[in-house]
Amino acid sequence: MFFLHIGALVPLNTLGHYIHWHWIDISVANFVVIVLMVVTFVAALLAPFPGRRRRKEHQ
Amino acid sequence: MTKRFRPDVDAPEWKGGHTPYDIVKEGAIALLVVAILTLLLAIIFGSPDESAITLKSWSNAAPVDFAQDALSQLNGTSETATYGPPYNNASVGQELGPLSLAKWVGATMSFNPAKAFVIDPLKTQPFQTALSGALKKWSDASSITRHTWVTNYTNGAAHMTWRNGAIVVKASDSGPVPVFINDLTDMARTGALDAVLTHQGDFYTTNYTLPLLFLEDGNYLANTATHQHLAGDQWGMMNETGDYPGQAWLWLYTFWYQVPPFNSSGNGDILVWALMMLLTLLLALVPFIPGLRSIPRKVKIYRLIWKEHYRSLESTAVPPIT
Amino acid sequence: MSTEIDRQWTNRLRRRALKLLPPEKLMPDTQPTYVSSWIYVFGVTTMAALAVVIASGCLLALRGPQWWHTSSVGLFVNSLHLWSVEIFFFAMVIHLWGKYFMAAWRGGRALTWITGVVTFVTSVATAFTGYLSQTNFDSQWISTQAKDGINATGGGAYWNVLNTGQMLMWHIVLLPIAVVALVALHVLLVRVKGVVPPFEEPVKVGADR
Repeated sequence: MFFLHIGALVPLNTLGHYIHWHWIDISVANFVVIVLMVVTFVAALLAPFPGRRRRKEHQ
Repeated sequence: MTKRFRPDVDAPEWKGGHTPYDIVKEGAIALLVVAILTLLLAIIFGSPDESAITLKSWSNAAPVDFAQDALSQLNGTSETATYGPPYNNASVGQELGPLSLAKWVGATMSFNPAKAFVIDPLKTQPFQTALSGALKKWSDASSITRHTWVTNYTNGAAHMTWRNGAIVVKASDSGPVPVFINDLTDMARTGALDAVLTHQGDFYTTNYTLPLLFLEDGNYLANTATHQHLAGDQWGMMNETGDYPGQAWLWLYTFWYQVPPFNSSGNGDILVWALMMLLTLLLALVPFIPGLRSIPRKVKIYRLIWKEHYRSLESTAVPPIT
Repeated sequence: MSTEIDRQWTNRLRRRALKLLPPEKLMPDTQPTYVSSWIYVFGVTTMAALAVVIASGCLLALRGPQWWHTSSVGLFVNSLHLWSVEIFFFAMVIHLWGKYFMAAWRGGRALTWITGVVTFVTSVATAFTGYLSQTNFDSQWISTQAKDGINATGGGAYWNVLNTGQMLMWHIVLLPIAVVALVALHVLLVRVKGVVPPFEEPVKVGADR
């Protein structure tokens, strides 16, 4: 199994990258995770939920 | 008398319809999606594994830092030697106002750093004329004499250097201390000190308290961590080595360490702990806290969550007959 | 007239359990119509991630705590464990946000909320002991730094973060049992109380016809 032998396709063992903004000092990786969480939360609130038609049929 | 309906505490009784919902299928789909996502992330990014620092690698890379650490154990100025509970009673430990929690529980893992980190490891060495003589001289000396030797060596150690494979300190009347520091550094550089401190004479061990404390008392570990952006004043608690995501959920815990008074107080750790325990308790008790429990109703994000429900109510509502 | 069988612990426990959670309530095949938002999937996603965390942890246990340092297969399994933990916390926090903005504690559901918070805190502790169990530079740094906070509470006198064996056993035995028990209790409470209904709002008559 090829991928098992190389460890990772995009290894992140490089020296970390950081965002400094005033007193905030956050890794790019953590920043991406947090942004993704907020985006996912907003998307979950806004995205239409399937089965609306099915629900209308059942009522 | 009917109870008053409190919209932030009580929930209306649901008299509306139900719809088929296959929760086992939903769970199976969630498991499949998460498993595939995990596999993809593992294949693409892997995971970090920075090798542990051994006393051997440390003392070879930074022998002066190692020797200074060993000296600080002998002269009682190391962080471990002055820590307090649970390692000793050199200080009361951190205090939260009148509460000395660490002191009240006590020094359950008490040990003498000079003995544990320097003298006892050197005693495990097979007979060598200079070392065995130095250990005997130390053993026969009074505590005042030992103190004089260590102090004189410490004064000279401000200009400690590493030359031709040896620690060099210009100090007179320092008794066996130069032999101790040099021989302990040699022990470390061969790997023998790793084994002695970790195993403490036993075959099996899973407890790394002594070598970790000794390692932390030097600068090498902290310098390596700072290079990887893991230090406390770098928001390090949230971070992982390399470019990997760390523990984003610790953002608030680590935030307090960046601001006064926590970032400069000697009791910073217990202050942060107490504050985080309080905030966690507040989070758990939100259902009972007026104001905090009203925010969801006032902010109205729920209108997005239940938009279909409200839409269906509006479309089926019948105007009153006038 | 109660018979000997009626007085049995087994019989009484079964009757109590069935009264609290009859099968159709434990495993319902319908949900109220207001359960129609993507925000509702994050609870089950958190549980799915926990299942992958535990499964990958069991795989790591097969070859022992040092395996992943010397084997590329072991390193891959470790990667599965790390990323499933990241997904676990990702989903759990979004679930928390959703439940807060729904005020999901309403209608006698305070204990559901509290068990959720306790599960979150216990999960943080479980992850922490996991980081300590890596037996690499990370665990050296994390243990020597974290000890100060824990020692300051007095807890460090008995819960020694520098004792790798102790921390590993908390990570693979005690804390996972606690997390799974708390999640089970949390989910059973949701089944008993039902999913919290929406806030009541004044209805605009004749809209959307």
